[in-house]
Amino acid sequence: MKVWQCVVCGFVYDEKVGLPEEGIKPGTAWADIPNDWACPDCGVAKADFEMIEMVGV
Amino acid sequence: MNPIIVLGSGLAGYTVVRELRKLNRDIPITLVSRDNGDYYSKPMLSNAFAQNKDAAKLVITPAAEMAKQLGIALLVETEVHAIDRIGKQLDTTSGTLHYDKLVLALGADPIRIPLQGDVANVVMSVNDLADYAKLRVALGKAKSIAIMGGGLIGCEFANDLAVAGYAVSVIDPGLWPLASLMPKQAGEQLLQPLAELGVQWRFGTTVQRMDKAAVGYALTLADGSSLNADLVLSAVGLRPRTQLAKDAGITVNRGIVVDERLCSSDDSIFALGDCAEIAGKVQPFVLPIMHAGRALARVLNGEDAKVEFPAMPVVVKTPAHPVAVAPVARDAVGVWQELAAGQGVKMGFVDALNNLTGFVLTGEYAGERSEMAKRLAM
Repeated sequence: MKVWQCVVCGFVYDEKVGLPEEGIKPGTAWADIPNDWACPDCGVAKADFEMIEMVGV
Repeated sequence: MNPIIVLGSGLAGYTVVRELRKLNRDIPITLVSRDNGDYYSKPMLSNAFAQNKDAAKLVITPAAEMAKQLGIALLVETEVHAIDRIGKQLDTTSGTLHYDKLVLALGADPIRIPLQGDVANVVMSVNDLADYAKLRVALGKAKSIAIMGGGLIGCEFANDLAVAGYAVSVIDPGLWPLASLMPKQAGEQLLQPLAELGVQWRFGTTVQRMDKAAVGYALTLADGSSLNADLVLSAVGLRPRTQLAKDAGITVNRGIVVDERLCSSDDSIFALGDCAEIAGKVQPFVLPIMHAGRALARVLNGEDAKVEFPAMPVVVKTPAHPVAVAPVARDAVGVWQELAAGQGVKMGFVDALNNLTGFVLTGEYAGERSEMAKRLAM
């Protein structure tokens, strides 16, 4: 399980936790999130920003 | 070989550098900033208070780490006095810098509305991380806050500060929230959810005077009414920073005029972000900056590229009643139609050919942003 961060706003996506309020179940890999998904905090599309693989989380 | 010099360490400046580095590790790049160069989340400035995040917590990557990751020279706390286009050099507080190509990512200044009264100069505005740090200090002693402007930033601050327990008033010459982005029926959806948090709305008027009161400040409004506040925050809009370009003889209109290649009237000088007017439009939002940054990176890498803007919904971070809007131009011909209404509204802007060219989603519909964006006729 990995943790990813939106480079625009710092929003963190934790694969372990998912985003149940957006219908993304806990344990959903970043790669399995639809390409038209957008960052809930800043609205940048998945395809439009890079997620940084966070080290040491 | 002289470097590409990028002026500005905001989202625009860092995005173009990050995108260029994906294409080319070798081109020398120098980034010059008048700030400290830390990379931070600008969208968070107007909604981080209630989460108790101080300025340091909004820094995503410190300046030195950015320079290392991106393989660039970074000159911080450096002001640029002038661009010498013939000599292709900059006169700065860190000496003369020579460029091969120059990228202006200068941002915008908050518009200041002139006020009468003896304390008009204490009006605050928040447009960068240093402003946010100052706001947090000022909020430590305040209980009531008057916000000038009920647009995107004004509404986000109103929601954030009301949740944090402040008594918030919003004063706006328009007749409903977010009036420049959406029709009345959509904007007024915010009235009650924010009023329930304690926000007092004052529409159809402006602040005229600001005087010292026994406690805090006394504001006199244009409609003759008055109110008191311990802190006054202005969020009435942004003006692109164009003076440096103008002084150098580069074509400037509302912003620095650039074409779809992000190229100005000087073919070695480019612009993007809040300072730029790209193919006639100033779009000071996150998504247009990301698209422009990517296109400009390709142009700087010698490719034949043009920026193309897809549907770019803007998210208004008002958790009390979330909003997403794909705005239409002020002079667009068409009508707003209600598509659904419940705990919020779903509205579409339909042009003469029956194409959907804009939308606004509020409350329970805000999550339909991606589906609606796909339906837009571009």
